[in-house]
Amino acid sequence: MDVTFFTAWIQEIIRVLAINRDRLTRLDAAIGDADHGTNLDRGFTSVRQAMSDTPPDTPGQLLTLVGNTLIRRVGGASGPLYGSLFRQLGKSLGDAQEVSLDDLAAAFATALESVTRLGKAAEGDKTMVDALAPAARALCSAARDGLKPGEALDRAAAAAAEGAEATIPLQARKGRASYLGPRSVGHEDPGAASSALIVSAMHP
Amino acid sequence: MSGVVGVVLVSHSAALAGEAARLAREIAGTGARVAAAGGTEDGALGTSADLIERAIAEVDQGEGVILIPDLGSSVLTARLLEEPGKVVLADVPFVEGAVAAAVSAAAGAPLAQVLSAAEDARTYRKL
Repeated sequence: MDVTFFTAWIQEIIRVLAINRDRLTRLDAAIGDADHGTNLDRGFTSVRQAMSDTPPDTPGQLLTLVGNTLIRRVGGASGPLYGSLFRQLGKSLGDAQEVSLDDLAAAFATALESVTRLGKAAEGDKTMVDALAPAARALCSAARDGLKPGEALDRAAAAAAEGAEATIPLQARKGRASYLGPRSVGHEDPGAASSALIVSAMHP
Repeated sequence: MSGVVGVVLVSHSAALAGEAARLAREIAGTGARVAAAGGTEDGALGTSADLIERAIAEVDQGEGVILIPDLGSSVLTARLLEEPGKVVLADVPFVEGAVAAAVSAAAGAPLAQVLSAAEDARTYRKL
């Protein structure tokens, strides 16, 4: 997987988030402050601009650029959280031109750690971690089992989607939704939903 | 001593951060270095890493800077800008912590002492 692969991933994220902007904002209106879709769409629109201003040479450079842009341009909590995810992915991949499934799985695990450290969230708190953590595990076990990248990414996407759906019955323990207490039950977490979209966009 | 510890108030709202900073400056006096970083760059509710960085640069006199966030993304973004020993976060009530930090900083206290003065604000009783 080279810079072309990762550029295609980011472009697919931009496309999918634009399509799902209103759905994410509706999910956020139920238990948050109704800006998740708009915030992410704005952030990734700036990412598109940044990528065309300075086209990155390596996967690491690209993902770092994505992270820094999200931190600067998204006004809500998803900015620093997704920002650290992508920045840490970029940092872990270093200046490699070509990334193996092993590298990606390891980088994803480290990036997940940096998100959980920043947000102090664990699985079951009804956050993006509920989609990202199963995806990270799926990538790691696929790498260990020697699967091809395509199949590994399929499994990661399925795991993230299942994880996002599994947030519906949970009561939120983090963020604006946690102020709602039991009333947060019965709604899919918008952060987990956007994470599932972001992971699924990695399909080759 | 070359300067005083700076204080940056990070809120989702530019107006809230601005007024809290004004209050803290008025109470702490002319020596206080308090800056506001509220809202996004286009004036909406939210947090801007760029505004916070600019506010840090504005109040930094080499003695360190205390960031006081309100909630949610303010806390997360502020945590990304932490630099141990130089730029530190205070987990304190927004207004009370801002005033306590500004007063202590204006009196020439070092970073650790300003932080602990801000943290004491958590236990002030109003009644």
